[in-house]
Amino acid sequence: MTTSTASVPETTGTPQPAVTVDDLHKSFGALEVLKGISMNAHEGDVVSVIGASGSGKSTFLRCINLLELPSKGRIMVSGEEVRFKPKGKGNLVPADMRQVERIRTRLGMVFQSFNLWAHMTVLQNVMEAPVHVLKTPKAEARERAEQILNRVGLWEKRDEYPAFLSGGQQQRAAIARALAIEPSVMLFDEPTSALDPELVGEVLKVIRDLAEEGRTMILVTHEMKFARDVSSNVIFLHQGLVEEQGPPKRVFFEPSSERCKNFVSSVH
Amino acid sequence: MQWYWLPEYAPKFVDGLFLTLQLLGLSLFFGMALAIPIGLVQVTGPKPLAWAARAFCTVIRGTPLLIQLWLIYYGLGSLFPSIPGIRESFLWPVLRDAFPYAIFAFTISVAGYEGEVMRGAFRGVPRGELEAARAFGMHPFTVLRRVWLPRALQNVFPTLAGEMVLTLKSTPLAATITIFEVYGVGTIVRQETYRIYEPLIFLAGIYICLTGVIVLIFRWAENRIPRTRAA
Repeated sequence: MTTSTASVPETTGTPQPAVTVDDLHKSFGALEVLKGISMNAHEGDVVSVIGASGSGKSTFLRCINLLELPSKGRIMVSGEEVRFKPKGKGNLVPADMRQVERIRTRLGMVFQSFNLWAHMTVLQNVMEAPVHVLKTPKAEARERAEQILNRVGLWEKRDEYPAFLSGGQQQRAAIARALAIEPSVMLFDEPTSALDPELVGEVLKVIRDLAEEGRTMILVTHEMKFARDVSSNVIFLHQGLVEEQGPPKRVFFEPSSERCKNFVSSVH
Repeated sequence: MQWYWLPEYAPKFVDGLFLTLQLLGLSLFFGMALAIPIGLVQVTGPKPLAWAARAFCTVIRGTPLLIQLWLIYYGLGSLFPSIPGIRESFLWPVLRDAFPYAIFAFTISVAGYEGEVMRGAFRGVPRGELEAARAFGMHPFTVLRRVWLPRALQNVFPTLAGEMVLTLKSTPLAATITIFEVYGVGTIVRQETYRIYEPLIFLAGIYICLTGVIVLIFRWAENRIPRTRAA
């Protein structure tokens, strides 16, 4: 496969910042998982976060939509900064849960373990947030949901329950569910790690299509080749810190950090 | 076996059956309405509420329903008249009647048992599905209404069917506090006709039919909700 990074403008124009994270810290008790991470994703960027298990990359992603609350730092989504207030010793809680809920509707999250709602059909899963969070009229939400399902190749499966789908189909349904809220940024948390090897391809294809249409995405992944192909920017995390960051060519082929070099060569 | 008494008492049995169904329906309705928050607070806290719910379930499940019923009817029921002025109040027609006491006793019993069932049910919903709901901007109450509660109920549906049958079969206890539900009518028949076994067999038949109806309703409903695992 040829590299597709050329299609993403590096510095031309003035793309709006989509997600900005500044000096993010996160501790679980005495264990500091994130030790001050900053990053910037502009509209149209595809940022891949790579690193060994335990490097904090999933925690980092989950902090962006506040599924984990950071201990310190600033998060901005489409220019709106999450307001925090301190709680107890060295913890933050959102000052306004409404704001958090609003910001979350701009972030389409895709989980490693799909997390589809088992009591709803695929179509109902995709319609749920538009209807019950964004208050989209049902008919409209249904029409859009069917379009999206068609795009990810699941239109025929729309009336099935998640339990009756393969892992790859479930993950594509989960991507459809995230797309349905028309997010400004898609967040992927190791979207293919729970899949059988033969099902990885179909999910990656959907994600690649999204990248190619210019969607802003932050992707935590172990699929190095994929990250190299689709990303405009790669962040290598090591023990809660950004060890290396830059365009995929640099991170994968001429990393300045020894650890990054070892990591990318070991998983290639 | 002699069944000559049956036509004569048939209207009374119909009334009794109606009373049994009322007792069952109302106590299940109010009981479940209590069981849901009782189960929920044990999972979510706050801690004092969780402890209170826990204690409630332990006490209710640890004592015989007959004793609860008598304590409520004879105990509470004899306390009320000692309150000055209560006989003249608008509440008196309700407090004087045995039926509200029975509803109350059966309701707290259902709440105690089903509160425990719902605790497990809420806990059994995969965290990831709740997290997904929050990740899409759902308000906590929406998460509960759209995901957590329906998923929890779905998990314990067969258990609830069994519990409902058990509740049905404890309703004859209400006859001990002067409520002539269907079993109570049977005891009248036995006293007035001196037939011992026929009324009992007849009652057993009625309860089997009611149980059958409950089982059928739940089976029908169960087939309408999806399985969480592929068959």
